[in-house]
Amino acid sequence: MTETVLIQLAGIILFLPLLGFIVTLLLGKKIKLIYNFENAIIIIAFSLSVVLAFIKLSYYPQNTVVGEFQWINLGNLPVLGPVSIDLGIMVDNIAALMIIVVSLISMLVHIFSIAYMKGDKRYNRYFAYLGIFTFSMNGIVFTHNILMMYIFWELVGLSSYLLIGFWYEKKSASDAGKKAFIVNRVGDLGMFSGILILFYTYHTFTFDKIFQQIGMGHIPFNSEFWLTVTGILIFCGAIGKSAQFPLHVWLPDAMEGPTPVSALIHAATMVAAGVYLVIRVFPILSGGALFFIAIIGALSAFIPATIALTQNDIKKVLAYSTISQLGYMILSLGVGAYSFAFFHLITHAFFKALLFLGSGSVIHAMHHEQDIRKMGGLRKKMPITYATFLIASLAISGIPLTSGFLSKDGILAGTFAFGSLTGNWFFAAVGFLVALLTAFYMFRLVILTFHGEPRDKEKYDHAHESPFVMAMPLVVLAALSIFIWYTPNPFNPEQGPLLSQWIKAPVIYTPQDARYPFMRSDAAPKELGQTAQANNEEVVFSETYTEAMHNAHVPAMLLSLFVAGLGLLFAFLFYQWKKLNPDKLAEKIKPLYNLSLNKWYFDEIYDATFVALTLGISRLFAWIDAHIIDGIVDGSASLTRYISSFSGKFDNVVVDGLVNSTAYFSGFVGLVFRRIQTGKVQTYIVLVVFSLVIILFLFKSF
Amino acid sequence: MSIYDLTFYLFAAITVISAFFVVTTRNIVYSAYYLLFTFFGVAGIYVLLGADFIAVVQLVVYVGGILILLLFGVMLTNKITNVQIKTGTVKLVPAVVGVALLAGVLGASLLNTNWKTISSEVPFSTTHSLGLLLMQQYAVVFELLGILLLIALIGAASMARK
Amino acid sequence: MIHIGLSHFLFVSIVLFSLGIFGIVTRKNAVMVLMGIELILNSANINFIAFAKFGNFGYQGQIMALFVIILAAAEAAVALAIVLNIYKTFSTVNVDEIDTLKD
Repeated sequence: MTETVLIQLAGIILFLPLLGFIVTLLLGKKIKLIYNFENAIIIIAFSLSVVLAFIKLSYYPQNTVVGEFQWINLGNLPVLGPVSIDLGIMVDNIAALMIIVVSLISMLVHIFSIAYMKGDKRYNRYFAYLGIFTFSMNGIVFTHNILMMYIFWELVGLSSYLLIGFWYEKKSASDAGKKAFIVNRVGDLGMFSGILILFYTYHTFTFDKIFQQIGMGHIPFNSEFWLTVTGILIFCGAIGKSAQFPLHVWLPDAMEGPTPVSALIHAATMVAAGVYLVIRVFPILSGGALFFIAIIGALSAFIPATIALTQNDIKKVLAYSTISQLGYMILSLGVGAYSFAFFHLITHAFFKALLFLGSGSVIHAMHHEQDIRKMGGLRKKMPITYATFLIASLAISGIPLTSGFLSKDGILAGTFAFGSLTGNWFFAAVGFLVALLTAFYMFRLVILTFHGEPRDKEKYDHAHESPFVMAMPLVVLAALSIFIWYTPNPFNPEQGPLLSQWIKAPVIYTPQDARYPFMRSDAAPKELGQTAQANNEEVVFSETYTEAMHNAHVPAMLLSLFVAGLGLLFAFLFYQWKKLNPDKLAEKIKPLYNLSLNKWYFDEIYDATFVALTLGISRLFAWIDAHIIDGIVDGSASLTRYISSFSGKFDNVVVDGLVNSTAYFSGFVGLVFRRIQTGKVQTYIVLVVFSLVIILFLFKSF
Repeated sequence: MSIYDLTFYLFAAITVISAFFVVTTRNIVYSAYYLLFTFFGVAGIYVLLGADFIAVVQLVVYVGGILILLLFGVMLTNKITNVQIKTGTVKLVPAVVGVALLAGVLGASLLNTNWKTISSEVPFSTTHSLGLLLMQQYAVVFELLGILLLIALIGAASMARK
Repeated sequence: MIHIGLSHFLFVSIVLFSLGIFGIVTRKNAVMVLMGIELILNSANINFIAFAKFGNFGYQGQIMALFVIILAAAEAAVALAIVLNIYKTFSTVNVDEIDTLKD
């Protein structure tokens, strides 16, 4: 087993879904059952991913395996210097774990969709789109350079657009698709600028080479400020793709797409790509950039959590909770809790996919009713869906014995440690507050949907448990939301191999001055500093940080347990036992309630500012177009017409005259010579005889 | 004037006179019979030139085959009951002038050429030698001609049947 | 009186050739045209054999004459078939009436 095999395996996993996409798209109209091909491909891809991850994690847990080739070599350009672009595949532990998450959820969503999308008129096309999405996501996971990541980034955006607008006959769906695409472009513009700065400075796109050059003290424009700016610009891509504040507005609208798509793309994998990007570029993020990231993460965690409190559409609640959880991950990266961010990415992917597929199951059973006020009591009708949904809700709320508890607790501990190290407790406060809100709104959703009495009797009567292909993915995902897969000790995630061996915080390459104080390598206490120096490659963050994390673990855990329990309690008080009346409370704090219900008026604000501005500018340009440019065009048109009419006359009289006289001449000559051509053989023979005589005379052989 | 010369003049006269009648007689059937004499005369000239085998072939193929074919052509394309199995002539004047000119020119060049003649003694029978040549040096050509003849006959049959 | 030599034979050949051309040109009937062609072929054969004898070419000339006869047979067969086809198409074998090539 060599590393080449690993690279080849990764290449096969990468391109298999593309094959599925092409075949399914081209043959979709001819062969009704072609979607089975796509499903088979995705199952093969998943099996290969398991093999890949197994090989990588058990044989090469420390190495990063890279296979690259030169794509473009422009040589030594006058201004830019040597330009050569490499493409390649990098398989490290992060990628190996991520590919399992992506292909597993992709596979489950494929299977779930077989039943959920049954009867759709573009059934095969739907599976083709899932195929290209999986292909692009795999590309993001395996890339070893930021250009390839950008390419696949845009491909992911494309497939997301196609799938959100899959039911494009519905205006809201096609609008949502466009909105997602355009809002993402705003973030990608920033990311692109960041990539350009990196390329201008380092003449390469490859992560490792950029990291090494930064490690040697070579930073953009020789200024730490520009390093921070570059980091923030690249993070802009993540803001767009991961739907972070202030570009989060597209994600709730994206719920217009089919529900399995929401599970795959807008909850589990694609939106996680933003977090994955930050994880990839983490080593070059300076302290300033990290602080900015932490603020964005905190805002994105808090604002959507408050919005989710009052939403009545089951998918909207989940959408806002997704933004909130992604905000958690971003916040976690911002405060330096790198490994917990990735851990939460994995666990969240599973339980959020489960929540969405569960809601898809409910929506399917309720005949596309999404309003939770019309549900209730479904517990008895849909036991499997209820049980799995409950497990996922427990996980997202951070109740012990679930995976969510482990990862969320780690993030809260990270914010806690950050507070204790820097004295900035803002992030910790936001973290715990959001944990409270999360528990509350998730159980509001569970209680309103599954508990109590049915509020819409007719729909309730028709509800039924979903078929096997829909229930099976739910059960698998529910199993993956239990702690046991990640660590043997339900209260300490670091005892499992995932955090202790596989996910390691990377070496930080930014200049010492630009880092957080606690990340500097000399920030360790004197007696511990020796070991820190000796194992510089291994211990990345300072001992101080490790110490602080260790100390933060227990209090953070207790506090998070307390707030989650509090949220749960309030949810039950309000909606299950009806001890408190939510409507009265809403009446009391009317402005706040309206703010939350109307999603903090983000859409309205954007409409009034950016959209209105754009429209105004467009109108201005339209006016310029209509009056000035069209005037010029019209003027040149009439000039052209004048010239044309002149040239037309010239044509008619002079040129045609010449042509016609030639024709007359030929006709005349033809008339004359026609006499000779009688069509009679004997005439020709006479002519031949005379010719022969003439020739003989010419030879003069006598 | 030897007997050889006399024989030559006899055959030449037969050939030329009958050929003249071939092209001038109005009745086609008569033309065909005059053609028989022309072929006979030509065969005689062959004998005088020492080509006995060719002379026999001339008689067999031309008189026995081609002439009969031509006669069939006449019969098949004219109603036999119609007495008018005749053919008109066209372009008499230009034809006479052109042919006379041609003959004059050819004859003039014949007389003006200084022929290098080595009259070789021809053996009594040429059949044996010709046979050897056909089967050895010209074997391929011989075969090809056989195939050509076959193709021509099949083609003619299929064309005439349509 | 000169001895009979090459020129005599060639002279017969010329006359035969001229008469053949004359026949082809003047006669209307397609079968007559064929007869003219046969005359021309015969004149050519006389030339071959005369040169074979007086030009000391051995038997090559005679072989060539033999081949010409074979070809004449083939030609006669094909030409007759053509004439029959023409007769079927135009109901006549007069070549001066067959001038549709002109149009």
